[in-house]
Amino acid sequence: SPPLPPPSPLRSNSPTPPTPHHHSHRSPHSHHPPSLSPAPFPIAPTPTGRRTTTPRERARGDPKTKKRAQEAMQQSLLVPGMAKRGKQDCGLMTSLLCTVSALALVTAGGLCLRSIQGSAQLESGLRTAAQPKMMTMRSFLQATGYNPMQAMRSPLRESRRSSGLEASAVAPELLEPVETKKDMSEPRFMWQALREAVDEEMERDPNVMIMGEDVGHYGGSYKVTTDLYKKFGDLRVLDTPICENGFTGMAVGAAMTGLRPIVEGMNMGFLLLAFNQISNNCGMLHYTSGGQYKVPIVIRGPGGVGRQLGAEHSQRLESYFQSIPGVQLVAVSTPRNAKALLKAAIRSDNPIVFFEHVLLYNLKDTVGGPDEVQSLEKAEVVKTGKDITILTYGRMRYTVMEAVKDLEARGYDPEVIDLISLKPFDLHTIKNSIAKTNKAIIVEECMLTGGIGASLSAEIHERFFDMLDHNVIRLSSQDVPTAFALELEAATIVQPEQVVSAVEKVMQATA
Amino acid sequence: DFVRGKIRSKMLSRVLRRAAAFPTRNTMAPMLKRHMSSETAKIEFTPFKGYKLDEIPENTVEATKEECMTYFRQMALYRRFEIMADTLYKQRLIRGFCHLYDGQEAIITGLEAALSYNDSLITSYRCHAHQISRGDTPANVYAELLGRSTGCSRGKGGSMHMYMKKNNFWGGNGIVGAQVPLGAGLAFKHKYTGDGGINVTMYGDGAANQGQVFEAANMAALWKLPCVFVCENNQYGMGTSVERHAFNSDFYTRGHYIPGLWIDGMDALAVKKGFEFAKKFCTEGEGRPLFIECQTYRYHGHSMSDPGVSYRTREEVQSVRKGRDCIENMRNLIIEHGWAEADELKAIEKEIRKQIDEAVKEAKTSPELPVDQLTLDIYHNEVPKFIRMIDEQTSMKA
Repeated sequence: SPPLPPPSPLRSNSPTPPTPHHHSHRSPHSHHPPSLSPAPFPIAPTPTGRRTTTPRERARGDPKTKKRAQEAMQQSLLVPGMAKRGKQDCGLMTSLLCTVSALALVTAGGLCLRSIQGSAQLESGLRTAAQPKMMTMRSFLQATGYNPMQAMRSPLRESRRSSGLEASAVAPELLEPVETKKDMSEPRFMWQALREAVDEEMERDPNVMIMGEDVGHYGGSYKVTTDLYKKFGDLRVLDTPICENGFTGMAVGAAMTGLRPIVEGMNMGFLLLAFNQISNNCGMLHYTSGGQYKVPIVIRGPGGVGRQLGAEHSQRLESYFQSIPGVQLVAVSTPRNAKALLKAAIRSDNPIVFFEHVLLYNLKDTVGGPDEVQSLEKAEVVKTGKDITILTYGRMRYTVMEAVKDLEARGYDPEVIDLISLKPFDLHTIKNSIAKTNKAIIVEECMLTGGIGASLSAEIHERFFDMLDHNVIRLSSQDVPTAFALELEAATIVQPEQVVSAVEKVMQATA
Repeated sequence: DFVRGKIRSKMLSRVLRRAAAFPTRNTMAPMLKRHMSSETAKIEFTPFKGYKLDEIPENTVEATKEECMTYFRQMALYRRFEIMADTLYKQRLIRGFCHLYDGQEAIITGLEAALSYNDSLITSYRCHAHQISRGDTPANVYAELLGRSTGCSRGKGGSMHMYMKKNNFWGGNGIVGAQVPLGAGLAFKHKYTGDGGINVTMYGDGAANQGQVFEAANMAALWKLPCVFVCENNQYGMGTSVERHAFNSDFYTRGHYIPGLWIDGMDALAVKKGFEFAKKFCTEGEGRPLFIECQTYRYHGHSMSDPGVSYRTREEVQSVRKGRDCIENMRNLIIEHGWAEADELKAIEKEIRKQIDEAVKEAKTSPELPVDQLTLDIYHNEVPKFIRMIDEQTSMKA
């Protein structure tokens, strides 16, 4: 029986979608001096205590400038901790405010200090309140014990500044033990499943290497390559500079010679910069060389609409790449098929563009072993049924399964097929399904114009016209750049209610 | 007319400036001693120019008779090949794009003399001579130009897509500059496997302005890849002269942090010496990249659809042909040193002419690929079982 679908990552029920992996340690830089209480007087225009008069003006002894200087000094007294030269008649009010604010600042600072250096510091802090000192950022940081020069000499930075890469492609010994393999029956995140696939394939074949922005020492922006550089070295887990066109071309050149590079695009949208290399060199080299060169490359990365990532980071590139002759497009949806398909893609001799989805990285499910690979050209039947065929892929699989719950409650029995292979389509499975149900709808995340659904709809109509009782309904995203606002973003992509209403419409029309 | 006259005089003065800047073998002839039938000779050529290089090679070389005769023969072959391709194009047997290499033969000749087939080579669309130098026969190259199945790409590539896998030649690339990151990938493979070879990535002065060149250069310097970036500066990026398209026309300095070497690309011996230096330089230590600029000239236009006279004068082309032609220089050199008589060399050229004529004949009679093999080689292992043709009715099923 097909495995139960993992919980759908939709709206309020969902676990928090993964944000790009950031180091969570707190650096001294993240401590800002606590904000000052608002003063009833206008704060000096140069609260750092910088003089507002030029030396010439002061030397000239211009009465107007003198007055201006006096005013500035008066006002800067309001900001505690600012050193003043010479005696000024502050007045009671200002001096009181001064002390109070200074105390407040220092106490707050002292609370922070205490967590680092104990109560002795607090006492010295209180002592300094009596004579407010010029507090600069540097002195504040020094008080907390942060030494920038020492921080710059951290071991990680040292290793990055070392002379080039390791000469041998495979590291001679483990720099640090990588986590041991978990039991296969334990569910794991999709990013862990992808990581296992890369790890196992790199172990199996020394020609496999992975390259991309921040895949090495940073661990991958979606944690897919965490710690792999410790096992395989800097040459096989290659941190590239930010030049997609350049490094994708480099990967294609390396692939032509027999290496099997995996190119990680930090976000699929960035691969638009590498479109020339993907289309002309990657896709067409095997053909234009008359079969001399194969390009066994895998270009993978997250795409699709995330959670308020903005228009440029929510692109669906499968619609742009689908016309390139010579590439295969694969879209994964569960940890199990992600691992199996990535292994198959790495072992394949053709260029594969491997679409993951930003919101699916934290899905948990069991995965297969080191030898489980899945065919890159076959679709997955998620749920069998007899009433209507729903064709989908990627994250929309979960939208559809959400809608299926509602449809089942209404008494319908849909068959859900996850396309997996976006180029070429698995027309065999699709045909068998439509022969059974005679109705089909396509639910995709691509835009309406020129999307995967557009091609698939045309194919189904042309080939299986006689089997259809109703035209194929195509539910796609709106032809708009993805808005930032949450509600607008939700309105651009297909929601489960729309799937339910489309299925109902088709069922009622053909009843 | 007035404007054209002004342009012409400007061009002429530029030509004269260019010609004067590089003393030719002809003007240096009185300086060379006449050796009667001795096998080697010390030849002096235009000095190299270096950028961020501690030492550059000397501008003299001990050339042997055999060597010079071989170079003469090779360059004459490439020249004749391109001229015949011109004829075939005008007979409309070759169609589409055809970019000819005549005038620039010395570069590929010197390069191949210095390097071996262990070193990978990749270049742009001006690749006919490279295909021959990397082991393909003129007949097969003509077959590819004519779209026949005996070509290296079975007729599916054409003029711009010629490859010779077994001899480490990676094409033949249509998009300007796109071969440079590919070349960095080839150099990466040399580093990955440690096979001691270097990669030579060739591009033109027009491509030197592409962003991906600098991306590849950054990666090559960062990861110490043994990659030689060779700019074949033939003075024109299609119809735009170097002064009008490049702010910095010293292309060997464009590597910024990567050292560079300037070579007189009209002299095969200079090119050979320069690439011997490049091989040593790039394989030193962990490996490092190098920029090379070969100053050269093309007699034809950018391609066969470009007459080549709208942006330069015929006088300029003629003056380069007379004063700096690589084959003429080699011919004079050989005669100067008494290694062969003028008629001998003419006989060699005649023989080459016959060889090329036979190659053309063979190519013309070779068969075309049948239409049902149109969809062959899209994927390795023939993945999709169905490729849809123009419409559903005429689609083929596997």
